[in-house]
Amino acid sequence: MVAIGFVMLAALLAIVILGPVIAPYSPSKTSPGSLAGPSAAHWLGTDSIGRDVLSRLIIGGRGTLLITVVAVAIALAAGLVLGLVSGYVGGRVDQAIMRVLDVVFAFPVFLLAIAVVAALGPTLQNLILTIAIVYTPTLARVVRGPVLSVKRWDHVEAARSVGVGEFAIAIRHVLPLVVSPILVQTSLTLANTIFTVTALSFLGLGPPPPDPNWGSMLAEARQFMELAPLTVIGPAAAIVFASLTFIVLANGLREMLDVGSR
Amino acid sequence: MDDPRALLQVRDLTAQFNRDGVPSRVVNGISFDIAPGEAVGFVGESGCGKSVTARAIMRLAPEGSSVAWGGRILFRGRDLLRIEEREMRDMRGRRIAMVFQDPMTSLNPVMTVGAQIDDMLCRHAGLSRRAARRRTVELLGLVGIRDPALRADDHPHQFSGGMRQRVLIAIAVSCQPDLLIADEPTTALDVTVQAQILRLLMRLGRELGMALMLITHDFGVIAGMVERVYVMHGGDIVESGEVDALFAGPQHPYTRALLAAVPRIETAGRTT
Repeated sequence: MVAIGFVMLAALLAIVILGPVIAPYSPSKTSPGSLAGPSAAHWLGTDSIGRDVLSRLIIGGRGTLLITVVAVAIALAAGLVLGLVSGYVGGRVDQAIMRVLDVVFAFPVFLLAIAVVAALGPTLQNLILTIAIVYTPTLARVVRGPVLSVKRWDHVEAARSVGVGEFAIAIRHVLPLVVSPILVQTSLTLANTIFTVTALSFLGLGPPPPDPNWGSMLAEARQFMELAPLTVIGPAAAIVFASLTFIVLANGLREMLDVGSR
Repeated sequence: MDDPRALLQVRDLTAQFNRDGVPSRVVNGISFDIAPGEAVGFVGESGCGKSVTARAIMRLAPEGSSVAWGGRILFRGRDLLRIEEREMRDMRGRRIAMVFQDPMTSLNPVMTVGAQIDDMLCRHAGLSRRAARRRTVELLGLVGIRDPALRADDHPHQFSGGMRQRVLIAIAVSCQPDLLIADEPTTALDVTVQAQILRLLMRLGRELGMALMLITHDFGVIAGMVERVYVMHGGDIVESGEVDALFAGPQHPYTRALLAAVPRIETAGRTT
């Protein structure tokens, strides 16, 4: 399972990284004949203003995945710090951090995103920041839970009994023992974030045009769905494939790391 | 009683837990001394306060509980209950070290055993990584682990219980502490391994000049290992003395009961 996940991830990364090299056309280059069906020149046809769908899919994946990865990386960093501090220190600090995160958690993703973008403008940074904020509580909780139990394990007291400081205990003797659930949750969060990013782009809250991305491609192609089904099927399949990659990876990691049986 | 040569002088030590606002006292003002290089035993049933006494000397509260300590614990003239946490942290491992009951869970499962000893040596002895590793291999050899250079790169799960306890002892003695506290060090081990571990502790105590505080519920463990014994019951020291005298003529009824609880081969047949 985990091998399949890594193969899918490798394929996804290869397409995204090599994008400009392997894309047959520039994503904004128009050619005569809009909404054309598949042909030797345009494998997936062209969109409403004659741009090559395959090229836009490949280049559009870069934007979508970049936002996804950067946002999740920020959420993970924040979640690690908050979850570790909350779980390890405990007491009032724990209460304070978790209550604030509960408030964030209670907001519907799209409502928060629409509010931020409406207030601050639809820029790339705002989108990334919003998504990072939305997913921080989930990751912080996944870190905090196992930290709460691991900090009571004997080896932590043993480390303390030989003079290891609290910070070093948290980093060296607690954190390494909670990585497996974090890995699994991060992978699942990546899958969710791909959906969130494309959905926000679909609603016009994504990165501004002309850069293609899967969400806005879907939105544009929607009206011509019956004339040129590939313009919709293409980005839809891409979104499904990318999400599935991380879901398969998460399941594989879960099996491999055997989370919960420790 | 006030022996100026004593390494450790404990006076009127009390320990009080607070569970849901209800205070419960588990150590009732006990006093005892440990001289440099001396091996002392603490015997008593579980819950008698012996482990809490050991943890008071380390100033470690059991995780998730709050404990209030009273009295004085003078270690080389410093009151361990009153010094700064920073100074206490320097004491732990370097001056006073502890071996725990369960070797299966007392090592970090995701670090190699060598790295765990290296850490100690870098922290307290200020050795470089390379020098620390050389010393680590020496220490693993000292506690009787075969092929120490190779085994240092193994993880704890690749060791048996007895071997893990040896590793924990190596960690505890790595900085040549003045006092080694062993809290039920053999309870979780096979009977055949218990004697080996006890002999190892005694040998290291002699070779490194460490005082040893051996905590156990089993008089059989104490016999022949320590010079003096304190018998604890219900948070008090009920009897103390030279181990031979105590065995020959126990005064307190509880001590007699404890001694009677040690199984003997020659009486086993007759009692049935």
